[in-house]
Amino acid sequence: MKNFAFVRARSVKEAVLSLGTDWNEAAVMGGGTDLIGEMKNYVHTPNKVVNLRAVPDLKYIKQDGNLIKIGALTSIAAVETDTLIKSNFAALSKAASLVASPQLRNMGTIAGNICQRPRCWYYRDSGIECLRKGGRLCYAMVGENKYHAVLGGLGCYIVHPSDTAVSFTAFDAKIKIAHPDGEKEVNIEEFFVLPEDDLNRENILKPNEIVTEISVPIPENGTKSTFIKVQERGVWDFAVAGVAVSLKLDGNRCDKARIVLGAAAPIPWRSLDAEKELEGRTINEETAQRAADASVYNNMPMTGNAYKVQLFKNIVKRAILELV
Amino acid sequence: MSKSHQKDSGGDNGFSRRSFLKGVGTGVISTAVLPGVVSAGKYAEKIQSPQEWVTSDAITLNVNGENRRVTVESRATLVSVLRNELNLTGTKNGCGTGECGACTVLIDGEPAYSCLTLAMDAVGRKIVTIEGLAENGQLSPVQQAFLEYDGYQCGYCTPGQIMAAEGLLAKNPNPSTEEIKRGMSGNLCRCAAYQHIFISVAEAAKKGGR
Ligand SMILES: Cc1cc2nc3c(=O)[nH]c(=O)nc-3n(C[C@H](O)[C@H](O)[C@H](O)COP(=O)(O)OP(=O)(O)OC[C@H]3O[C@@H](n4cnc5c(N)ncnc54)[C@H](O)[C@@H]3O)c2cc1C
Ligand code: SF4
Repeated sequence: MKNFAFVRARSVKEAVLSLGTDWNEAAVMGGGTDLIGEMKNYVHTPNKVVNLRAVPDLKYIKQDGNLIKIGALTSIAAVETDTLIKSNFAALSKAASLVASPQLRNMGTIAGNICQRPRCWYYRDSGIECLRKGGRLCYAMVGENKYHAVLGGLGCYIVHPSDTAVSFTAFDAKIKIAHPDGEKEVNIEEFFVLPEDDLNRENILKPNEIVTEISVPIPENGTKSTFIKVQERGVWDFAVAGVAVSLKLDGNRCDKARIVLGAAAPIPWRSLDAEKELEGRTINEETAQRAADASVYNNMPMTGNAYKVQLFKNIVKRAILELV
Repeated sequence: MSKSHQKDSGGDNGFSRRSFLKGVGTGVISTAVLPGVVSAGKYAEKIQSPQEWVTSDAITLNVNGENRRVTVESRATLVSVLRNELNLTGTKNGCGTGECGACTVLIDGEPAYSCLTLAMDAVGRKIVTIEGLAENGQLSPVQQAFLEYDGYQCGYCTPGQIMAAEGLLAKNPNPSTEEIKRGMSGNLCRCAAYQHIFISVAEAAKKGGR
């Protein structure tokens, strides 16, 4: 790891002001579980690390009207076990429970989880200058791409690595962002960006912006949700395929659906086509199958990942049927 | 959710900027603003100027109940400082990437990987390593159980396994077999002594855990 200056921010304001405007110059650190890995690999070599641990009041899960608000520094383990979250957002606590390992869930923050960098093996190799890092080639396109995107890749084919972001998207979460002049809040779908909009970053954050809170509206009565993750081993593994499904049900009739795929695309992939297949219909084997088939509409597999298309169809169907 | 470490690590607890400032011989503190920052407003005086950036410093780590003063670079991981500076070599450095568990210690009571923790970031938090478990020469119930039930083969992963078990039983004194497996799932054992590890943890729980 290259050495750096370690700055303990004591307020959000101090953190964003200390970060400055150059990605290469400074990095913000939550739990450090992803950032330290990147620095050890020399994928990221900032001169300054701005640590958030001493910033007060960023660690909470609380109800405010019909919102559940989660502070940026809340651990993934706390999100997994919190009763407010379990009872309102089953798909979120399940996603959190499947992140990494117990130690990493204790250490990792929820903001760090949704802001973590890609796991594409070419990206994580400091010797390779691929498109995402300012080079001229996507090595995954011609190389090994077993875990890469089947949807939404254009130029770069990473999949977004966060499990919790998939569930947050299924619950229409909002992301609060602090910047030197104040703060703003955006819908999670505006937060993540596709390579066609920004080849180098996975979200809209600027170098001197940080996430301070994620707030999630409590779903309407009758809403049920679940999360399924396919991984090659039971622990430590990023998703090969994941899905969060949230359905507002009236008996077996679906009034509102959210179907979001994880590890399918460079962002948590909301599958509008699948949602349309369910809304206003009774859920049964047949409608679930139709939604499952529609969930990967327009997919474009690469040389080594076409197997994921069928995998997504299977877990989407299974998740839908689990809820009725 | 534990709020304790927020309280403990507030401000500059255990952290000295003076040694660094002396080192670079600058008398200028405060008021300087980072280049490019215009609207610093009332926080201007709080932003560290580049002269204040600390790339190495004398810090105090609370390890096994004792305050240990040590000078480290910002990039030093907790596992390297425990082993190389504090001579606490019980904690093992395995993969270095958070994927094996050999470096597990307790930080504020929770199992954490010391290879993905900066020593600087452990200031103000309570660190417990394998060396801190025995009291008056008496092994902890978890250590005793690992010994009695052969919860290891080569032993390299054992300190990490034991720390994970300590953290698990502190939170959940009567875990089911499933809960033990899940609680211990962040620790690999290349000898695959898993069955004995699970038995050791269950037996330690029967004897009152921690
Ligand atoms: C072995 C291993 C396995 C893993 N498996 C999974 C998995 O299965 N599923 C999964 O979802 N994740 C997985 N992860 C990722 C892990 O969950 C993340 O590393 C963790 O959530 C990041 O949180 P952190 O607080 O440690 O972030 P940090 O490492 O501190 O930061 C991560 C990134 O986000 C930025 N950042 C941090 N906080 C903020 C903020 N408040 N605002 C803006 N930017 C910020 C940092 O600059 C950095 O780029 C795994 C990680 C490892 C090492
Ligand atoms: S998929 Fe993206 S990150 Fe991976 S090699 Fe291609 S451009 Fe780089």
